[in-house]
Amino acid sequence: MSKELVQLDQVIIRFAGDSGDGMQLTGDRFTSTTAAFGNDLSTLPDFPAEIRAPAGTLAGVSAFQLHFADHDIMTPGDSAHVLVAMNPAALKANLKDVRRGGDIIANTDEFTKRNLEKVGYHASPLDDGSLDSYKVHPIALTSLTVEALKDFDLGKKEAERAKNMFALGLLSWLYHRPSDGTIEWLTGKFGKKPEILRANIAAFEAGWSYGETTEEFSVQYEVRPAAQPPGTYRNISGNLALAYGLIAAGQCAQLPVYLGSYPITPASDILHELSKHKRFGVTTFQAEDEIAGVSAAIGAAYGGALAVTTTSGPGLALKSEAIGLAVSLELPLIIVDVQRGGPSTGLPTKTEQSDLLQAMFGRNGEAPVPIVAPRSPSDCFDSAIEAARIATTYRTPVFILSDGYLANGSEPWLVPDADELPEFPVTFATELNHTDADGKQEYWPYKRDPHTLARPWAVPGTPGLEHRIGGLEKADGSGHIAYDAANHDLMVRSRAAKVAGIDIPLLDVDDPDADATLLMLGWGSTYGPIGVACKHARRAGLKVAQAHLRYLNPFPANTGEVLKRYQHVIVPEMNLGQLAMLLRAKYLVDVISFTQVRGMPFKSDELLQAIEDVLANGADK
Amino acid sequence: MSTDSIPALSLVPKTEGKQSAKDFKTDQEVRWCPGCGDYAILAAVQGFLPELGLARENIVFISGIGCSSRFPYYMNTYGMHSIHGRAPAVASGLAMSRPDLSVWVITGDGDALSIGGNHLIHALRRNVNIKILLFNNRIYGLTKGQYSPTSEVGKITKSTPMGSLDYPFNPVSVALGAEATFVARTVDSDRKHLTEVLRAAAEHEGTALVEIYQNCNIFNDGAWEPLKDSDVRDDVTIRLAHGQPIRFGANGEKGVARMPDGTVQVVTVEEVGAQNLLIHDAHAHDPGVAFALSRLSDPVSLQDTPIGIFRDVPRASYDRLLREQLAEARETQGVGDLGALLRGNDTWTV
Repeated sequence: MSKELVQLDQVIIRFAGDSGDGMQLTGDRFTSTTAAFGNDLSTLPDFPAEIRAPAGTLAGVSAFQLHFADHDIMTPGDSAHVLVAMNPAALKANLKDVRRGGDIIANTDEFTKRNLEKVGYHASPLDDGSLDSYKVHPIALTSLTVEALKDFDLGKKEAERAKNMFALGLLSWLYHRPSDGTIEWLTGKFGKKPEILRANIAAFEAGWSYGETTEEFSVQYEVRPAAQPPGTYRNISGNLALAYGLIAAGQCAQLPVYLGSYPITPASDILHELSKHKRFGVTTFQAEDEIAGVSAAIGAAYGGALAVTTTSGPGLALKSEAIGLAVSLELPLIIVDVQRGGPSTGLPTKTEQSDLLQAMFGRNGEAPVPIVAPRSPSDCFDSAIEAARIATTYRTPVFILSDGYLANGSEPWLVPDADELPEFPVTFATELNHTDADGKQEYWPYKRDPHTLARPWAVPGTPGLEHRIGGLEKADGSGHIAYDAANHDLMVRSRAAKVAGIDIPLLDVDDPDADATLLMLGWGSTYGPIGVACKHARRAGLKVAQAHLRYLNPFPANTGEVLKRYQHVIVPEMNLGQLAMLLRAKYLVDVISFTQVRGMPFKSDELLQAIEDVLANGADK
Repeated sequence: MSTDSIPALSLVPKTEGKQSAKDFKTDQEVRWCPGCGDYAILAAVQGFLPELGLARENIVFISGIGCSSRFPYYMNTYGMHSIHGRAPAVASGLAMSRPDLSVWVITGDGDALSIGGNHLIHALRRNVNIKILLFNNRIYGLTKGQYSPTSEVGKITKSTPMGSLDYPFNPVSVALGAEATFVARTVDSDRKHLTEVLRAAAEHEGTALVEIYQNCNIFNDGAWEPLKDSDVRDDVTIRLAHGQPIRFGANGEKGVARMPDGTVQVVTVEEVGAQNLLIHDAHAHDPGVAFALSRLSDPVSLQDTPIGIFRDVPRASYDRLLREQLAEARETQGVGDLGALLRGNDTWTV
């Protein structure tokens, strides 16, 4: 039976089910197929902190949203065209994010009286007319899967577990996705368990056939590949890109990479990934706590490694004192903070940008640390290399502020040529660098480079350059303990001047006709939603400029000038206005802070609304 | 002494010339209080290091915070005065990434057992190739005289005017409980014993903990006096020597024996017979007897305090195993190819 094939320019699908239903896996797999097909895409996993919350409850709902298109896209999308709801909880938790007229594929096997009551449905929403404004497809996904697998040597539970592959097969048919990649992937995953492998393939194919042969779906959709610059692509998440960036940075700096870390959501994947790459000379150390993680990294940095520590907000709080030590020692150190909702334990699996001020100021004393913030999952790769460049050139700790959305979200990545990466090989000090009053040659560990203000880096094992460093204030030059006031004033100002003088590019402004009155200025992972909002605003005839800060410390030299160029500056942030506070304090510009802390990325519609509101009321501002 | 055959030091480059204690002194003025026990320890370390014949630039001293932690400034080697309690972690990171270094940690009873307790126990169980010298003076000196985690119960200090309430740690017992492979105790004023213990620690592969009873003559003067006073010390101190019967007392009249109920106790030789004294076995795999020995001393009177090497057993160091994994990964998978890594297995071409 041949069905009508409808062309779409973009689709947003959300898979939702219980934590144990395999929704992240299903979403990942659909993403890989879609990436390989050539669509541009962006993903948003959304899962609870509990590994297995009680089955069927709202707390246990795990979802994965995928936006794919035949054109360049920047976000996982505001609301879904299709929701796959594996149970009533998944429907209830996600219905608000499905657009009216959208498709809902519901697993009717789970819409039992008990499951409905668990989430407060008195009658099944599939039958009571409450979903009349959606296209509902009630399908018994579990029993269809079990039926399809009845000839396999599997228990009922095992057979039921394959229902996510049935759903994947159905969606793959519906959106005309090639199935070879999935079968290849299943073979890789279950190659050693032939019965499970065959069952999963059978469930996938049963889902596919269900779409093709039943009358539930009258049309099939197709989203053509997007036009992208030529090259080799892969799909990549932020955490993976960051891990690869750190490995690459080791090669750029020609230093062995050393990671001292303690597991914490959502940063642990970087530790997991780096631990796999020992053949690149990468050492990973799972320490007894966050403090030991960063302290060990400082020890490795003293020994001449490209030292890294990875964490999230609560871990960063614990590392504060040691980061201050790294500031005082003036040793290179990369601190990766994959931000999550706070304060305290907060929302471990949800995204937020609320550690900016902690990174900026969260240490005792005047302890400036450069901050780099990636704007997209793939940008995490470049940010890691850039952080390493700054850390090694200026002998300073450097923050990379990623967040939960970047960490777990993914997008296609034009794979860079490994031979074309920047090179910044480190030269360790090997010679005496100072002559004392008696004409004696000495080594001065705090004799600064006049251009970068960086101090020399002499590693243990270098004969003649033995020296002691520490957290006590040091005499300018000699590095000996020094308590005198004038020297302390000089050292505090020298460390500040060194960071303030870091060579970074100017802030780039996207103002197509150079006539905008409003600037949207963001940082970090809000780049995508802000970009979409600006695009839509321009389509509606509004004059909007966009700029995005990759460097939060120091700010690009032209930041003040850019801010003053626009009548209105909106600063959207997933915190309560931390960047806005810094900008106001430094540049005396009354930026408009637009904030949200819902654990999820901005929706571009909300940002568009903010633009419209400001432009409509702008005269009163 | 040749260190080539000692696994713990075989990767550390040797000096070509002859060294003396003077080579290990810096031009920095030593700023401990006059009469502080730290001076004796500094002199012992500077006097003993030339014996190892290691290249001076390949020796690193890392400390935390406290009086003892100023130590690295006075050693003409590489050194870092880090932050409170974290020296074992800093040193672990350095030792893991640099097998060619001899890495020493200088810490005190507050630094190692209070704020840094977690790092200490994990360093010990992990067995990274670092040597920890724990200067125990049973008081906080640098903060001017509060009780420490090794102070006896009821200690009257600035922060405990009615006497301290918490029960003290016995650092040797803690270390043995933390799976340490080398645990020893010595006294600042006994240069010969201190040197012997330091030498054994240096030769040990993995983490070595050396507790050094050190006198703070300003805030806790005489804390270890019974072990130093020539009139009583032989009666109080049990000197442990591997392979020797554990016997002490001014006339060797006392000893340590295993009792019929399984406990290890101080006895008189006359009572049990010299042939029934316990033979000290520092290499025993089971730490049980070493632990029992660590419990003999009275925390207040110090009666029956063992000094010497409680435990010295072989176990591959963490950093050696780590290097072996890195080498194995390269052997079995080949040296990493960055281009291949970045491309991965699932690419498409536009």
